[in-house]
Amino acid sequence: MSLPVTIRLSTISVRVRPRGVTVCVALLVAAFLLLCLGMTIGDVPMGLPDVLTGLFTNSDAGNAYLVQELRLPRALTGLLAGLAFGASGAVFQTITRNPLASPDMIGINAGAATAVVAGIAFGFGNGLGTTTLGLLGGLLSGLVVYLLAWRRGTTGYRILLVGIGISAMCTSLTDYLLSKAQITEAQSSMGWLVGNLANRGWDNVLPLFAACVVLFPLVLGLSRWMGTLALGDEVAAGLGTPVQPVRLGLLLAGAGLVAFATASAGPIAFVALTAPQIAQRLARVSSPPVVTSALGGGVLVLGSDIVARVLTPTGLPVGIVTGALGAPVLLWLLVRANRSGSGG
Amino acid sequence: MRPDTLTRRPPPHAARALGLLAAIGVLALLGLLSIWLGSKEISFGDVWRVLLHNDGSADAVIIHSVRMPRTALAVLVGAGLGLAGTVMQALTRNPLADPGLLGVSAGAAFAIVFSITVLGVSSLYGYVWFAFAGALAATAVVYFLGTRGNAGSSPVKLTLAGAAVTALLGSFTSAMVLQDPVALNRFRFWSAGSLAGADSGQLLQVLPFMLVGAALAVTSGPALNSLALGDDVAVALGRRLGPLRLRGALAITLLTGAAVAVAGPIVFLGLIIPHAVRFAIGPDQRWLLPYSAVLAPCLLLAADILGRIMARPSEIRAGVIVAFLGAPVFIYLVRRRKQLES
Repeated sequence: MSLPVTIRLSTISVRVRPRGVTVCVALLVAAFLLLCLGMTIGDVPMGLPDVLTGLFTNSDAGNAYLVQELRLPRALTGLLAGLAFGASGAVFQTITRNPLASPDMIGINAGAATAVVAGIAFGFGNGLGTTTLGLLGGLLSGLVVYLLAWRRGTTGYRILLVGIGISAMCTSLTDYLLSKAQITEAQSSMGWLVGNLANRGWDNVLPLFAACVVLFPLVLGLSRWMGTLALGDEVAAGLGTPVQPVRLGLLLAGAGLVAFATASAGPIAFVALTAPQIAQRLARVSSPPVVTSALGGGVLVLGSDIVARVLTPTGLPVGIVTGALGAPVLLWLLVRANRSGSGG
Repeated sequence: MRPDTLTRRPPPHAARALGLLAAIGVLALLGLLSIWLGSKEISFGDVWRVLLHNDGSADAVIIHSVRMPRTALAVLVGAGLGLAGTVMQALTRNPLADPGLLGVSAGAAFAIVFSITVLGVSSLYGYVWFAFAGALAATAVVYFLGTRGNAGSSPVKLTLAGAAVTALLGSFTSAMVLQDPVALNRFRFWSAGSLAGADSGQLLQVLPFMLVGAALAVTSGPALNSLALGDDVAVALGRRLGPLRLRGALAITLLTGAAVAVAGPIVFLGLIIPHAVRFAIGPDQRWLLPYSAVLAPCLLLAADILGRIMARPSEIRAGVIVAFLGAPVFIYLVRRRKQLES
């Protein structure tokens, strides 16, 4: 393990691990490359140079329109959703001290899904928009889970188990709504439920971008206490961490990121679960690092979207590929967590 | 199982037997109600007359070919899930066990969708075998994942393993369904946990499996009682753990697989019934099992009737109502147990 280096700038000092920085830079480069590579795929195949000229210049109007208006929003939605899922996964896994506690498991995705499917099925989805509904549903279920898990403070396991209960309830409601909807609406809902990046426009990107701009600094600001929270509530309180406010703040910010990402791209399976675990191992640290996890999530979603479109001509939804990739990771985590005795 | 139920004296045998008879009475009453109430209003006198002899009138057709199979299905599915939940809770010594939560239903659902979309199986008799295979595989995987490790099994571990396997299989199931609009249309009705659309043919096809599963479950009461004292004590009392677990898993698989094949996944029914019964009559499995087999169908029938009355002439699916009743109970149990945090 590489030793941390302390950087001092007059009054501010930051401890940096060289390995962590290297991993972050590598992931950043990979994300940019995948972003550009993803934009070469489409009805009109393009080379990488064409994409880059279309991206940065308007010399060829058709090319620029294709890249900037049609392909860039899809790629950016994928990147931002991946960033948001990765970061919130790191937050949830740290505050519940369990690698399985991703938003997929604790009811936030399920709540967002129920709200969106209700909007589509009852036809009020058009006025409010998928984004607003997904956001409201995700935040509401996150808040309900936190409140129901509250009993003179909360613990990670209670949040997790209550989340599983709420999640099961929301899923059964979603199934019911799907059965009440018209077949075309049910089909579009199902397509959304798997996690899909097809036909994304700038109106999908902008709310998610705004959410990332507001919530990432909040998460990063609170993340300095995440290390102590990972040691357990008593130890964290003993070290001067305001445990419950920090946990509530992180939970809300994490839920907000997931809700916005889900609203734009659908609940892409297992990104929030796997990205932090991969990032943690790449950076060789003891709990998932936020920035690395976020970048890992972005790389995962963009890469999966490329795989999904290369595999079949019609293009599978990205969630199917991340589901297939995430499945072995999930099972491995379960076996590993149990072996070391930390699975519960 | 819990200190408060252990220290309280259970009611005497006579009272428990009377209670069971009363529960059967309630079930019969709910069965009648379920046959009586529906989207077409038929007077109770007519219902009774038509029940006794099928005179071929429109009302008789509705009652004999729609409402009676539906009611019978609710009784079968309810009993199956109630028994499966009780056996699971006893076998794993886990108060949060439920066929829906621990991934058994998801395994059956996945296997059924796989057989329909990929292999082109269309008859219930064809895919019920896949349901059994899926349920058994999911049970084995969840049990394996949830009991590994130094600390052995714990409620949290098993529940997590179940939730993880459910999420995993759900993701694959929706991937398959999305590729096939026809399958999607059938799947969405079936996966919401519905008792509507049952016919007596389907009922007869799953009945033998249910009966074998129920027999296996009900007769394992004494062995499960010893198991409640811990693995070591059970062995010392002469129980062989391997065969006992195998028999329990077989019962869970047959009951859950058959129930999911005809009614879709219904979550939480197998969770709340054993808790309610244990609260009323104590932790003796010899009584717990028959009580669960009678009271779970009562709850499912009541949910089904409620769903039909609340949204007349349409209906709310029984599975949704059970989930909304069950989730608060689950959360209450999670909040109450201190041991979960260790």
